[in-house]
Amino acid sequence: MDAADEIVPVLACQDVRKTFGSSVVLDGLTLDVGEHEVVALIGASGSGKSTLLRCVNLLAEIDDGTVRLDGEDITDPKADADLVRRKIGLVFQSYNLFPHMTVLDNITLAPIKVHGRPGAEAKAQAMEWLQRVGLADKAGSYPDRLSGGQQQRVAIVRALVNSPRLLLLDEVTSALDPELVGEVLTMIRDLKSDGMTMVLATHEMGFARQVADRVAFLDAGRVLEQGPPAQVLGDPVEARTRQFLARIIEAGRL
Amino acid sequence: MSTEFHRPSDIQLGRIAFRKRQAIRSVLLAALSTAVLGTLLGVLVTSAPGWDRVKESFFDWGNATEFLPQILEGLWLNIRMLVFCAFAALALGLLVAVLRTLRGPVFFPVRAIATLYTYSFRGLPLIIVIYLFAFGVPGLRLQGTPSVTVLGGAAIVITYGAYLAEVFRAGIESVHPSQIAAARSLGLTYRQSMRHVVLPQAVRRVAPPLLNDTVALQKDVGLISLAGPIDAIRAAQIGVAQNANFTPYVIAGVLFVLLALPLIGITDWATLRAARRQNAGT
Ligand SMILES: Nc1ncnc2c1ncn2[C@@H]1O[C@H](COP(=O)(O)OP(=O)(O)OP(=O)(O)O)[C@@H](O)[C@H]1O
Ligand SMILES: [Mg+2]
Repeated sequence: MDAADEIVPVLACQDVRKTFGSSVVLDGLTLDVGEHEVVALIGASGSGKSTLLRCVNLLAEIDDGTVRLDGEDITDPKADADLVRRKIGLVFQSYNLFPHMTVLDNITLAPIKVHGRPGAEAKAQAMEWLQRVGLADKAGSYPDRLSGGQQQRVAIVRALVNSPRLLLLDEVTSALDPELVGEVLTMIRDLKSDGMTMVLATHEMGFARQVADRVAFLDAGRVLEQGPPAQVLGDPVEARTRQFLARIIEAGRL
Repeated sequence: MSTEFHRPSDIQLGRIAFRKRQAIRSVLLAALSTAVLGTLLGVLVTSAPGWDRVKESFFDWGNATEFLPQILEGLWLNIRMLVFCAFAALALGLLVAVLRTLRGPVFFPVRAIATLYTYSFRGLPLIIVIYLFAFGVPGLRLQGTPSVTVLGGAAIVITYGAYLAEVFRAGIESVHPSQIAAARSLGLTYRQSMRHVVLPQAVRRVAPPLLNDTVALQKDVGLISLAGPIDAIRAAQIGVAQNANFTPYVIAGVLFVLLALPLIGITDWATLRAARRQNAGT
């Protein structure tokens, strides 16, 4: 992995700093994500996982440092944020589907309005994806008629149909019961075998172990420790990481 | 499911029978109390000492039939005004509400004007605006001054636009920021997010208050009679002056109520539907 990463990474965060008022959430965070790589962000609640994903998608403005996408500085104020966001997919923990649109319309909105694709083509592609995740019969339903796991899968498809360069997933399983977690997990594993580059924030260590190539532990606003899941989760070097994992084991989530 | 084959237990059968008895009892009670109160009111009103004079000056059949055609003709003007003013005021309100949400220094003057507009015209009595437009503007003797009817309509549109703008703005602000974040994360621009994600949800949410304001507008359209055009109220006024009998006003009033009924019905239906949706929740 080390050797492969020497080539231009898809995502490169360098000394990223983000503050809210007087609280420093990200403090000199550095993280690279290579092509086809899946990186899991772990860390205590409030450690800044969501904040980092929002900063990468330019939904929040960083206070220092740079974020590069394929070598291009996207945090440059002269960069066109709308253009950058077209290349990055973000799936929210709370799904954030549009309640006034059907599942199909939710999915085809961006392909048609942002990417200028013909309606019929966008629809066909959306149906293909829905078929693949077992939701073809829900195409005409409104989001509030779907279960949490179904909504989450629709949200992931909505991000995927734009063929993003990078997919950001924010705790996509935390609102789901174990059975539904399985549905979403299978989907993400399939994406991984398709070669999608992903960064996912998660509290599910089992999930991180199964799909991630690399696990990064966030603490005090920076990446304290990172490496293969087996090493970081099984034999962490840092005391803080060990503490964090011990608490998780206590809570029965490993 | 086994619901089709389910035989209710004796306890449930007892409950059903009890509820049925209760329902019949309440219908009978309602009918009885309505009949008693109705009779009482009828007797009270018709036996009051001045009833004959009231009947003569407010509910006179001769006067009613004599002026009904003119009043109806005037009402046609009210209806046309209503349709035009309602659509124009809704469009103006929506535009102003969207302008007020624009961020960035370039839009500062636009924002300031929109804010000033909603603040001042919500405080200004409609009658003053109508007088200023219908009498003040023609007094300037500018070329191409539109008719008094159009000026009066413009006064109504501008005043109601300010109210409707605030209703729309409340709707826009009620859409959760995470919806905008989701739209932007998909690459939609600010305008596209507004157009496809925020506004459709906002308008749905504030449909009941918007319709309610439209009912109010419907009544206030009659105020243009103050500026001179012969609408239903003006026609009634002429009739009243001619025979010194108030029946034409009552006729015009009843017609306005009838005109409002469908819209009030729609408002109630929309409110009910919105409330149901909210209760259904997610
Ligand atoms: N818009 C905001 N304004 C102020 N503070 C914020 C804002 N967003 C996040 N924060 C703060 O930033 C810190 C990090 O939040 P963040 O949501 O990134 O944590 P997280 O690691 O995703 O936590 P969790 O695992 O619970 O989702 C928290 O202390 C939070 O209170
Ligand atoms: Mg989070």
